[in-house]
Amino acid sequence: MPYPRSAPRTLFEKVWDQHVVASRDDGPDLLFIDRHLVHEGSHHAFAKLREKGLPVARPDLTFGVADHYVPTRNRSGGLADAGVRRMVDQLSENARAHGIRLFGLDDPRQGIVHVVGPEQGLTLPGLTIVCGDSHTSTHGAFGAMAFGIGASDVAHVLATQTLWQKRPRRMRIAFEGELMPGVGAKDMALSWIARLGADGARGHAIEYAGSAVRALSMEGRLTLCNLSIEGGGRLGMIAPDETTIRYLEGRPFAPTGDLFARAAEDWLALASDGSAAFDREIVLAAGEIAPVVTWGTSPEDALPITGETPDPGRMADEGRAAHAREALAYMGLVPGRPLTEIAVDRVFIGSCTNSRIEDLRAAAAVLAGRKARVPGLVSPGSSLVKRQAEEEGLDRIFVEAGLEWVESGCSMCVGMNGDIVAPGERCASTTNRNFKGRQGPGARTHLMSPAMVAAAAIEGRLADARPYLEGRI
Amino acid sequence: MEPFRRLEAIACPLPLASVDTDQIIPARFMKTPRSEGYGRFLLHDLRHDAEGRPTGALSLDDPTRAGARILVARRNFGAGSSREAAVYALVDYGIRCVIAPSFGDIFAANAANNGLLPAAVAEEDAERLLLALESGLAGLVVDLEAERIEGAGEAIAFSVDPVVRTKLLNGWDDLDLTLSRADAIAAFTAADAERRPWARPRG
Repeated sequence: MPYPRSAPRTLFEKVWDQHVVASRDDGPDLLFIDRHLVHEGSHHAFAKLREKGLPVARPDLTFGVADHYVPTRNRSGGLADAGVRRMVDQLSENARAHGIRLFGLDDPRQGIVHVVGPEQGLTLPGLTIVCGDSHTSTHGAFGAMAFGIGASDVAHVLATQTLWQKRPRRMRIAFEGELMPGVGAKDMALSWIARLGADGARGHAIEYAGSAVRALSMEGRLTLCNLSIEGGGRLGMIAPDETTIRYLEGRPFAPTGDLFARAAEDWLALASDGSAAFDREIVLAAGEIAPVVTWGTSPEDALPITGETPDPGRMADEGRAAHAREALAYMGLVPGRPLTEIAVDRVFIGSCTNSRIEDLRAAAAVLAGRKARVPGLVSPGSSLVKRQAEEEGLDRIFVEAGLEWVESGCSMCVGMNGDIVAPGERCASTTNRNFKGRQGPGARTHLMSPAMVAAAAIEGRLADARPYLEGRI
Repeated sequence: MEPFRRLEAIACPLPLASVDTDQIIPARFMKTPRSEGYGRFLLHDLRHDAEGRPTGALSLDDPTRAGARILVARRNFGAGSSREAAVYALVDYGIRCVIAPSFGDIFAANAANNGLLPAAVAEEDAERLLLALESGLAGLVVDLEAERIEGAGEAIAFSVDPVVRTKLLNGWDDLDLTLSRADAIAAFTAADAERRPWARPRG
């Protein structure tokens, strides 16, 4: 057992070391998993478990959430789509059969798994958290080691509450200085991914650090860690601090009283030691980051809104030029035109990346008293976020601007629950992937922050949100 | 799982970068039970038009490449979502090895769990292989023990995580290996409850 140790260690190493059950000579460690989150898509794993005749080892550490397939409209009175209904029912049946707590369709706490976990205090610093979803990296905002896994590994965790993992390399991405007004975590994330590439952090556990990261709210940190996977990172983490502890106190599944005090002490001790080594370090100037939008079909295809579509003819690397040509063709764009000339057909505000209360507030700040020129959908990250937004009157701002206010789920981010972008249509979206066909076959996605999506809604084209925020933030 | 040692098979060039898992299998197909087979969904929207008719745009649909078991692509293959269905689509189609300069981490782990070899080669070697295949070369030999690809002139070295290599060479399933460690897991759980009494969810 490599615990405790005295050599200087990073946040990631401290959490990893606390979870090693066994080590194999050829490299991998068997890690104990503190929280396992399952959703409708986990049916392959439950089927594998059945095939092997195995029970769920720790139903008390396993939680189910219906999010990927749930419709965001007309939920009462049964689900119309038979395929969707089967997916949602299957999750309920598996949860019931194995004694797993479920935040199902009718639960007032239902929402997107990566919003519900933190909201309920299931996500805590220092935990290992896995889920059959690549955006599980989101939970790293609390200083948890959280990562996405495939169905075979989901079955492995269900059966053993452990997972064999090879220790990733250590990487620190520091944002120093202060962000400009109107610039946030989404812009920080897309900026580093544009710089290092969509596989720039492959094989690495990222720690986000620096004064601009420490200044972020928990919501902003969740957005930043959420996008770790879009830069190829295995996971992303931020050291727990007072912001983390304030957020967690009083959450339903978090410890209370003396146990919380003891926990908080342990959590604050997780921060990387001053002399701890990283395999790779990147420092970015926060003050130089402008609002960012994507123009292509990979999250690395991102540029400041003040820029122009790239010219493949001027790219030295033939592989990259080929990608840019192909991406521009799919997106229906030509090289060398201002990004602010790109007209959009619709907007979407939602997803595990940007659907928390602060995201909705930022979009509402831009939209208040203004009208959207294009249709759009606003899907809050959880049913509790929805209720809070309604208490704050944000829903009225969206509806008065002409956008649709719907229930919570993965919605228009995943193209599997009925909310899709039509072929050839262009969508300004707060989601995480601009992949071909991600929002529906032939859909064209531009990723950006909630405030930027709101600005795009007002102008009917990609736009800089900053003028709309003047005097409002 | 069937052990993977040496594979001699028809290979398909896929000269695209960042072929993400949404392209390997679009989300709308994932409601299907695996028993129905996922092979027909492989790269569906790159191979079919809006009406679902095959376009023949990819070498996978070239009749002379029928029965291919090897795919060669550009960097960042399998980026994106953790959907193991992407690996099911490849495996059910018949593919047992993807050669590319780099792979999404989760995709590579999923591949190993299903007997699919993610073989990483240098960027220039991937280009060489693509060129050879596009110029008419039919097949390749992938030797996992030697970590070498033959068939396109000089042998090309590839790399694979040693843990993945061992797993594939032996056809191991992690779950079977772990179930034999139940005592170690129980001991860890007991000690951990003392060390981190706050770690269990309340309620």
